[in-house]
Amino acid sequence: MSEPVLELIGLRKAYGALVVTDGVDLCVPHGELHALIGPNGAGKTTLMNQISGNASPSAGEIRLLGETVTHLSVAARARRGMARSFQISSVLPEFTVLENVALSVQARSGSSYRFWSAASREARLNDRAMGALAEVGLQDRAYAPAGQISHGEKRALEIAMALVLEPKILLLDEPMAGTGHEESERITALLRRLKGRYAIVLVEHDMQAVFALADRVSVLVYGKVIASGPPTSIRENAEVRAAYLGDEEFA
Amino acid sequence: MSGEAGALPLAAPAVPRPRAWLVGVVIFCALALAPLAVPFVGGNYLLLIGSRFMILAIAALSLDLLIGYGGLVSFGHAAFIGIGAYATGILAVHGFTEFYIAIPVAMLAGALFALVTGAVAIRTRGVYFIMITLAFAQMAFYVMGSLSAYGGDDGLTLPSRSLVFGSAALKSETVFFYAVLATLIIVTLALRRLVASRFGRVLQGLRQNRQRMEAMGYSAQGFQLTAYVIAGAIGALAGFLLANSTEFVSPAFMTWQRSGDLIIMVIIGGGGTLYGALVGALAFLSLEEGLSHVTDHWKLIFGPLLVLFVIAAPGGIARWLGWRAHE
Amino acid sequence: MSGLFIVQLLNGLQLGVLLFLIAAGLTLVFGVMNFINLAHGVQYMLGAYLAVMFYGYTGHFLVAVLLALVATLLFGLLLETVIFRRLYARDHLDQLLATFGIILFLNEAVKTVWGAAPLSLPIPELLSGSVPLAPGLNYPVYRFAIIGSGFVVGAALYAVVNHTRIGMLIRAGAHNAPMVSALGVDIGRLFMLVFAFGAMLAGFAGIMVAPVFSVEPGMGDSVLILAFVVIVIGGIGSIRGAFFGALLVGVIDTLGRSFMVDLLRIGVSTGQARAVAPALSSMLIYVIMAVILAMRPEGLFPVKGRQG
Repeated sequence: MSEPVLELIGLRKAYGALVVTDGVDLCVPHGELHALIGPNGAGKTTLMNQISGNASPSAGEIRLLGETVTHLSVAARARRGMARSFQISSVLPEFTVLENVALSVQARSGSSYRFWSAASREARLNDRAMGALAEVGLQDRAYAPAGQISHGEKRALEIAMALVLEPKILLLDEPMAGTGHEESERITALLRRLKGRYAIVLVEHDMQAVFALADRVSVLVYGKVIASGPPTSIRENAEVRAAYLGDEEFA
Repeated sequence: MSGEAGALPLAAPAVPRPRAWLVGVVIFCALALAPLAVPFVGGNYLLLIGSRFMILAIAALSLDLLIGYGGLVSFGHAAFIGIGAYATGILAVHGFTEFYIAIPVAMLAGALFALVTGAVAIRTRGVYFIMITLAFAQMAFYVMGSLSAYGGDDGLTLPSRSLVFGSAALKSETVFFYAVLATLIIVTLALRRLVASRFGRVLQGLRQNRQRMEAMGYSAQGFQLTAYVIAGAIGALAGFLLANSTEFVSPAFMTWQRSGDLIIMVIIGGGGTLYGALVGALAFLSLEEGLSHVTDHWKLIFGPLLVLFVIAAPGGIARWLGWRAHE
Repeated sequence: MSGLFIVQLLNGLQLGVLLFLIAAGLTLVFGVMNFINLAHGVQYMLGAYLAVMFYGYTGHFLVAVLLALVATLLFGLLLETVIFRRLYARDHLDQLLATFGIILFLNEAVKTVWGAAPLSLPIPELLSGSVPLAPGLNYPVYRFAIIGSGFVVGAALYAVVNHTRIGMLIRAGAHNAPMVSALGVDIGRLFMLVFAFGAMLAGFAGIMVAPVFSVEPGMGDSVLILAFVVIVIGGIGSIRGAFFGALLVGVIDTLGRSFMVDLLRIGVSTGQARAVAPALSSMLIYVIMAVILAMRPEGLFPVKGRQG
C-alpha cells in the first residue's frame, strides 16, 4: 500500500480541563471511505475541524500525503488537496448554483488575481462546473440562487464544490443531516459512486448509510477512538454496543 | 419537497437588479447634456455643483467596491480623497503641474497608504475593522494638518489647475466638467469589469461566506487587501479631481464626517450595484443642497432622517442591500 | 527639562483618565451588546454643555456637576429606550449609520441652542490653586482633581465589574450574551443599565474637562476616535484593557507632542526636527496601535472566548 493520504498522530485538544480529542490516531489510505461515528458530543465535528484547520489541536500531528500540515491555515490545506463539507450547509447564497461551483473550479484553475475579463464567460470554468453538477444531479438547478435551493440540494452542491477542487481527501461532516428520505438515498448513491476515487472521511449519524458505505469505521467516544475496523467487526464489538446502549439503530 | 418539483426553468444567470446599468446611462447622458443648460439656469454654479457631485460619486464608487462587494465597512475613505488632493497640491507647489505626473503620483500615494494601513486593518474583522480604518484616517487628517510647510490647518492654495501637456485647458469650467465626467465613466466601467472578473467573484464570495471560501483554498486577506488598495487608489483619483476643482486643499477634505457621508451615499443608493453609489451620491448632495436652502441647520433634519431610514429598513441595511447571508 | 517632563507626564495622565472614562462605557457596550456606538462622544460633549448650563442657573459648581450627571444619565436612558434598543439585533453597518445620524443631529442641536462659539466653566474656588512640585514649578489643583477622580472611578468600576453580581453578569455578557440571556437574566434591563451608566461616565468626563478645555460643538468627536484607539489597544470588552490602554495613549500622545523635537534633534538638525516633529508626533499613537495589533490582534487584554 502506498503512503496514507491522511494520518493523525496522537491528536489531542483540550479546552481547559475538558478534553475533547484525546490521543486520536487515524490513518486513511487512498480510496478508503473511513466513517467516524460516535454518540452526540463525542467530538466528531471538533476532530473534523482540526483536520481541516478550522480548529487547532493542543498536541499531536496531522499529515496530508506525508507532509505535516498541523499548523497550516484552512486555505493552505485546501490548496494541498483537502476538501470539506460542513455540518451546517455552507454555500455562497447570492451566487447561482453554477457560480458556486465555478468559483470552486477557479480555485484550482489559474490565478484568481485577474481583474478584467468576465469570469462568467470563461468556458473552462463553466464547463467543468456543469460537469460536476451533472455528476451530483443538480444540472437542472444550475441557474437558481444557491440560497434558495432545498436543503438536500445544498448538500449535493457542497459535494460538487468539493469534487472540482480535485481533492486528495474529502471530509464530509454529516452530509445527510436534515435531509429527507429521498434526498438521503440520493446522497448515499452519490457517495457510492465517489467511493474508491478519493480518500473520504465521513461523519454520519445515519447508521444504515454508514454500514452500507464504509470500508472502515472508527468509533469515537469522549474524544477517544474506542474501536476501529471493518463495519462487520464494529457491529459486533461489545464496547461499541455498550457506548451505544439504547440506541435503536444498533439494536 | 423534491428537487425536481421546485426546479426553476433554465434561465440566464440571475444578475441582481438587471436593469441597473440603465440608471447609469441616464445619469451619464443627463450629465453630458447639463452644460447646455448653463446659459439658462445657474450659470457656472451648475457646472461646479455637477463636478462636485461626480467627484464624490467616484469616491463613493470605490467605497462601494469595499462595502457593497467586499463587505468591508471602511470608515476612513475620506483619507484617500485627502491624500490624493494633497499629493496634487504639494506637487503643484513644487512646480509639477502636469496631470500625467499628478494622477499617477496621487493614485500611488493613495494605494501606498491603503497598503500600509490596510495590512493592519484587514487582519481584523467587524467592529475592529471599522474602528481601525477610522483611526488611520484620523491619523492622516492630523498629519496633513501638522504640515506647516503646506499650510497646516489652513490648507494650501494651488497655483493653478493641472496642465494637460502644457495647456491650461482645464481652466475652463466646461472642459473641466467634461474631464471629470470622462473620468467618472471610465471608473464606472472599469469597476464594472472588475466586479464581474475572477477577482470580483472571489471578493464577493468572501463577503457571503468566508469560511466556505477558505475551505476552497482562497486566502481572504490577500484578496481583501488588494481590493482595499484599488479602492484607495481610486479614492485618491477623486482627491486629485477635487483639488483641481477647488484649486485648494485642506485637512477638511478628510474629516471623519466626510467618511461617514461617503458611507451614507453608498448605502442609500443600495450598495453592491455601483450605479447605486451614483444614485446615492446624487441623492445625498440633493438632500444636502435642498435642506440647506430650507435651513442653515439642515443636519437637524438630516440626522433624524438617517436614523429613521435605518430603523425603518426592514430586516436592516443588509437586507436593503440584498445580502441574504450575513456573518 | 525634568520639571517640564513631570508636568507633561501629569497632563498625559489627565488625558489618559479622560479617555478611560469615555472608553469604559464604550468597551462595555461593545463587549456586552456587541453594539458600535459612535454617539458615545456626544455624551461627553453634552456633559460639558449641561455643566455649563446648570452652573449658569445655580452658580454652584458642585450642584451643577451633580445635575449634569443626572441629566446625562437620563439622556442616555432616553437614547437607549427610543433608538438604540432597536439596533442591538442589527449588524454593525446599521448601528454605525444610525448613531452617525444622532451625532449629526446633536452636534447641530448644540450649535443651535448654545451657539458655535466656545464656552467655558470657571474652576471652583476650592480647587483653583496650584501645587508646587518643585521650586518654580506649579501644577493646578484642579488637574490633580481630574486625575484623582479618574482613578477613583476606575477603581470603583473595577470593583463593581469583578466583585458584584451585576459585574459578573456584565463579564459573562461580554463573554457570551446568549448564554446570559438563557440563564433567565433580563438581558434588556442589563443592557439598559450598562448603556446608561456608560453614557454617564462619558458625561462625567465632559463635565470634568469643562473648566479646562473649551466647550464647543463637535468636541466629542476627536475624543471618541481616540477612545476607539484605546479600546482596540486594550481589547474589546475589557475594563482593565480600557484603563491601561487609555493611560498608554494619553501619556504617549502628550509626551510625543512635547518632546518629539528634542528627540529628533539627536539625529537631525533643529530645523528639520521642527519641520517633521508635529507630523510624527500626531502619528505616534496610531503607529503604536498598529504595532500592538500586529503582535496581538485581539488587543492587550483580550476577553477570552469572545466571538465577533
